[in-house]
Amino acid sequence: MRELLLCPPDYYGIEYEINPWMSRAHGAEAALAQKQWKELHGRLSNLDCDVHLISPQPGLPDMVFTANAGLTIGRKFIPSNFRHKERAGEQPFFAKWMEQRGYEVNWLPENLYFEGEGDALFSGDALFCGYKFRSDIQSHRALADILGCLVISVELVDPRFYHLDTCFCPLPDGSAFWFPSAFDEYGQRAIREQVAGLIDVLPEEAMHFSCNAVVIERDIVLPAGAPRLVATLQDRGYRCYELPMSEFIKAGGACKCLTMFMPQREKC
Amino acid sequence: MVSETIELRGHIIDSLILPKVLDQILTHGANFKIGEIKIGERRADQSFARIEVSAETSEALDELVLRLRQHGAEVIERANVQLASAPADGVFPSDFYVTTNQQTFIRFDGKEIEVQPAMINSAIALDRKKESARAVKFFDVNKGNEIVVGHQGVRVVPVQRSTTHTDIFQFINTVVDADEPKSAIIRELGEELRRAHAAKGKIAIVAGPSIVRTGAGHHLVRLIEAGYVNRLFAGNSFAAYDVERALYGTSLGMNPDLAFARGGHENHLRAINTIREAGGISAAVRQKILMRGVMHACVRHDVDIVLTGAIRDEGPIPGVTTDIIEAQKVMRQKLADVTHVMMLATVQHSLAVASMLAPAAKTVCVDIETAAVERVVEHQPLQSIGLVTDVEPFLRELAESLSESRVRE
Repeated sequence: MRELLLCPPDYYGIEYEINPWMSRAHGAEAALAQKQWKELHGRLSNLDCDVHLISPQPGLPDMVFTANAGLTIGRKFIPSNFRHKERAGEQPFFAKWMEQRGYEVNWLPENLYFEGEGDALFSGDALFCGYKFRSDIQSHRALADILGCLVISVELVDPRFYHLDTCFCPLPDGSAFWFPSAFDEYGQRAIREQVAGLIDVLPEEAMHFSCNAVVIERDIVLPAGAPRLVATLQDRGYRCYELPMSEFIKAGGACKCLTMFMPQREKC
Repeated sequence: MVSETIELRGHIIDSLILPKVLDQILTHGANFKIGEIKIGERRADQSFARIEVSAETSEALDELVLRLRQHGAEVIERANVQLASAPADGVFPSDFYVTTNQQTFIRFDGKEIEVQPAMINSAIALDRKKESARAVKFFDVNKGNEIVVGHQGVRVVPVQRSTTHTDIFQFINTVVDADEPKSAIIRELGEELRRAHAAKGKIAIVAGPSIVRTGAGHHLVRLIEAGYVNRLFAGNSFAAYDVERALYGTSLGMNPDLAFARGGHENHLRAINTIREAGGISAAVRQKILMRGVMHACVRHDVDIVLTGAIRDEGPIPGVTTDIIEAQKVMRQKLADVTHVMMLATVQHSLAVASMLAPAAKTVCVDIETAAVERVVEHQPLQSIGLVTDVEPFLRELAESLSESRVRE
């Protein structure tokens, strides 16, 4: 059974603008956000998952996006070093919460920006890590030193897809679905060389944050609005659950951003 | 060119970070040299590369390095040079750095400064205010000048072989012995001089007296008349022999047109006296006293004549610089923009010139003695051809090949 960490959206809202999706002029509707989050929580709880909740904190509206808490491998937790000061306050709450549950906290050097599972996803034996907008490539080497695994660093070039989990979603069979033009030419080549059976997501579907999906074995929970992708995934034998995510997309996040695996992998 | 050394670590092969960084260097008009590379053996092993990046200006390099840092490049900090004050006029501090004739940079205050000019067997003086560094000889240095000591912070850039395959210096950097064929090389050399002339390069001749004594003077005159000589470096004796030959038909009393003719030194001294009386070589040409020969051709075709003296000289002929320090300064100044030098049958003068040449200058040394040719060629290991031969057939063939190529044009 997979263990997941979520954070209720009690203090969620668009209070600042740190990505092209965010606009304080078009704030999230609190009641609708609660409804959409509860639907996600309910769906994941009904799958073969043990869902943990961390207490939300006032003044930290983006704490709801737990994927950016850090990266968990086995009993090791590597906390994020957020690039934006608006989110830096989340770090101690996540680190303390994980430590209290017996995880060994491995800190990265504080001068290296790293935004957790949002920029670090396993596919096959390699940990794919995005860099430039939020995480530094130097943090990838620090991860490789801690974890001892192959880390493939890929440059993100479209500011709308500022985290790796907004444009790349690995599948348990070793393939993945992705939005290629979010990556530079070398990143695209590196992914194509390492990952077989890639599914390209259409630009109009990628804009619905379709790649920001939670995959639990054959079950995939993803934002509504990607009929072509869903059809392709169903052809490959996956069950897809499409959820409305409009209020979180206003902040540049969706299903996967709202979820952190504990752990993402038992070991590298 | 200025440079920085960067290091890349991590999974730079599978992530294609190494090719990305190298491509970015080239697309920004810069160059790289991989100093060290270690590739991980297993998939999880990290790799390492140390790369020297060089660009035309420090601004371009800074901008490029900033971009490369985004992809994980770490800049290796190089140490600054160490300096000590000159203890007295004309004296370097002990342990002063001795230059080569290659392009050299020093690092000071975190910046790279090119040492000007690239001059062998000198020290390096730093001017902090001007942020400049110059190669200095003993006589250039004053008490208190800051001089580079030790090797730290000094970077030498060897001359790269031409990769365009357009000239003979690409293929031949050795000595062609007396018993080896030379015609093809001389023809190629003629082509190289023709290209240099067309490209407004500066061609210099270092001329030994044997040119006149072997009767090869008129071949050199043909080169001068065709515009293939911009500067002539010679000693007092070359000028004296040439003038004697022009005025009396002999050189040191010997007539090269007659087999086994012998004579005394009388004509030699009379010739020098005539030029001294006229007020110099140019004056003698103007007064129509000097009507032929190499010196005459130089005056008529505006070839810069740089004459320097030696202990054994008679005269000297007016215009010969006899103060050796002054002579070094004049020669260095007149060699600064020279691109091609032919050093003909004069080992000591050739060695002096070779020690003052810019590293990119191309040299040809011709002498009848193998050891002499080898010594001169050693000074310019990547840019020189040595031919062991009598100078007369060399100049004859070269003059012929150049007049042929002119006919072809």
